[in-house]
Amino acid sequence: MRQMLRKHLGSMICAASLAAFSLSAAYAQDTVRIGYAVSKTGANAGGATTTTIPNYELWVKEINDAGGLKVGDRQMKIEVVEYDDRSSSEEAVRSVERLATQDKVDFILTPWGTANNLAVGPIFDKYGYPQIAGTSVTDMAPKLAARWPNSYWLLGTGGSYAEGLVDLLVKLREEGRIGDSVAMASIADGFGIELAKAGRTALQGHDFKLVYDKIYPLGTQDLAPIVNEVKALNPDVFIAFSYPPDTLGLTDQARVLNFNPKLFYTGVATAFPLYKDKFGAAAEGVVSLGGIDPNDEKVRAYIARHKEVVGKEPDRWASFMTYAGLQALQQAIEKAGTLDKEKVNEVLRTGTFDTVLGQISFDNKSRQVPNIFTVGQWQDGEFVGLEPADHPGAGKLVFPKPAWPAQ
Amino acid sequence: MLTNAILSGLTMGGTYALVAMGLTLQYGVSRIMNLAYGEFVIAACFAALVLFASAGISPLVALLVVAPAGFLLSWAIYRLLLMPLVRRAPSRGALEVDSILATFGMLFIVQGIMLALFGGDYSSYSYYNTPVDLFGTTIAANRLIVLAVALAVALAAWSFLMHTRSGTAMRAVAVDPVAAGLVAIDVRRVAAAAFALGGAIAATGGVLISMFLTFNANIGVVFTMKALIIVIMGGVGNVVGALVAGLILGLAESFVATFVDPGLTIAVTYAIFLAVLIMRPQGLFGARAR
Repeated sequence: MRQMLRKHLGSMICAASLAAFSLSAAYAQDTVRIGYAVSKTGANAGGATTTTIPNYELWVKEINDAGGLKVGDRQMKIEVVEYDDRSSSEEAVRSVERLATQDKVDFILTPWGTANNLAVGPIFDKYGYPQIAGTSVTDMAPKLAARWPNSYWLLGTGGSYAEGLVDLLVKLREEGRIGDSVAMASIADGFGIELAKAGRTALQGHDFKLVYDKIYPLGTQDLAPIVNEVKALNPDVFIAFSYPPDTLGLTDQARVLNFNPKLFYTGVATAFPLYKDKFGAAAEGVVSLGGIDPNDEKVRAYIARHKEVVGKEPDRWASFMTYAGLQALQQAIEKAGTLDKEKVNEVLRTGTFDTVLGQISFDNKSRQVPNIFTVGQWQDGEFVGLEPADHPGAGKLVFPKPAWPAQ
Repeated sequence: MLTNAILSGLTMGGTYALVAMGLTLQYGVSRIMNLAYGEFVIAACFAALVLFASAGISPLVALLVVAPAGFLLSWAIYRLLLMPLVRRAPSRGALEVDSILATFGMLFIVQGIMLALFGGDYSSYSYYNTPVDLFGTTIAANRLIVLAVALAVALAAWSFLMHTRSGTAMRAVAVDPVAAGLVAIDVRRVAAAAFALGGAIAATGGVLISMFLTFNANIGVVFTMKALIIVIMGGVGNVVGALVAGLILGLAESFVATFVDPGLTIAVTYAIFLAVLIMRPQGLFGARAR
């Protein structure tokens, strides 16, 4: 009896799994499977929840509401497979490998941050998935583009941001509006180190005098000593290549100590809606990375849709690159008319795409988007792109920075 | 520059000390090495943020609600979750190990709840970020409030421990729970009270630091680590020790940041910690033998 049962049980399980298999196979035919592993928990969650996850959700919802992706002559809805990489590179690699081999998704969206994008690069490359990185700033981007032919680097290099800023300073000095003295503080972590290095080289190359150049560790809670010391040096320009908690902390301290240099630049999170919400009118005149053209119809529509669907505004920097990357992927799939990764990659490498960043193309050696805003400034409640100045829609710098409003 | 460094060090040290005092009670008296401690601090940050953003309630008023809530919640956690561990632990050492494992799990539960409720976004608001002129230098009012509360909590806890009957019972349990039981002290009740008191201090610290720090659901462990260093440095279970150790660390960081290099603040923290461990392994104010 027991043996009978076992026999039957075996075949029942067999049948059930076969049924499930054929069911999923049938199902997969009318959906596009998109997978991603992002940091929902851990140290990266703050950045991923601001920039990456909302845009992925927005994009999927928009496509599915419109009836799906047009692949050839069919409309296919998107089915999402997502993992939490827990802010660990090893976990990100494992998850992407799993997405490729077990979940067999059609396309994989990239994780948040430079480190995790570098970590998963070889896996994307091995299975031929396009790696469209919207949150990765690295000077290695040109080399990586050569090593991994299916990788695209929308956020550019650390050098481009530092040089954009220094270009702006050079212009100000030529007009006689600032002197030579610049104070710079930076965080001792990947992004801060890379930008500080590029900034130092560019500043010294243009004969600026670095009166303060210090690095502080990750998680520094007391920023008063830095602001106090810089204030005593009275530089015309203060630059901080900082992370979100210290960006807000430095701004807070500068207000309290009434340190108001002619140009006040802080790092990541300055372009976040959080910054505007927290500081309100005091954000006016603060300079940072990124920026947008607030008069561009597409930009305004994107911000409105983002707010409507996700419940908050996008940040004014990497959110745009992330979303533009998704738009490029969508258009590449539709143009290729197939889910074949190699054909889609072919279109991505050579085509031009209509995105929130304007008409973009990766048809260059380093597969970056040339001419994105590298320097922006809060002006009347909007973070306006300033540099490169020949970028369509670039704003004019408000100078000198207005005084901090009384609190 | 010197007054700047001193004031900034004292206020930062006050923040460290305030957060650490709760952990020193939980660890010293109840013998629960609470790895989820920082998560409770962050939970209080969120509570203060919600009250401030939705109802415009000042964090200082919110303290009146959040600190007792922290007390009750910690009491319930001790009674419901930790009591079984206390009952079956053959020795205090075993209880410490068990509590590390149990609270390590609790860390993820509390963090998961916060992620579900608030997401992983950074949160920040400004309250009392007004400049105050003091001894010829300027400092944010909210930092001074934290320092004042830290001193007040330390004074209150010290008087309670030294001059009241329940406080004496708590110290007795900290020194020797078996002997305390022999002289008719209800050890489990006292341990629960100490754990709950620690929770109330964690909540107080969380509400106050939310006024000036940017936080998200994932940074609790930062506070647990810093508090643990201070607890060990000050002597486990010693509230005044935690205050002094916290202030020393705050001052050392501020002096190094001002006069040497801000990059060395973490190094100096661990150097001092190491020096204390080598010279006084029982902590600055710890008793030599238990």
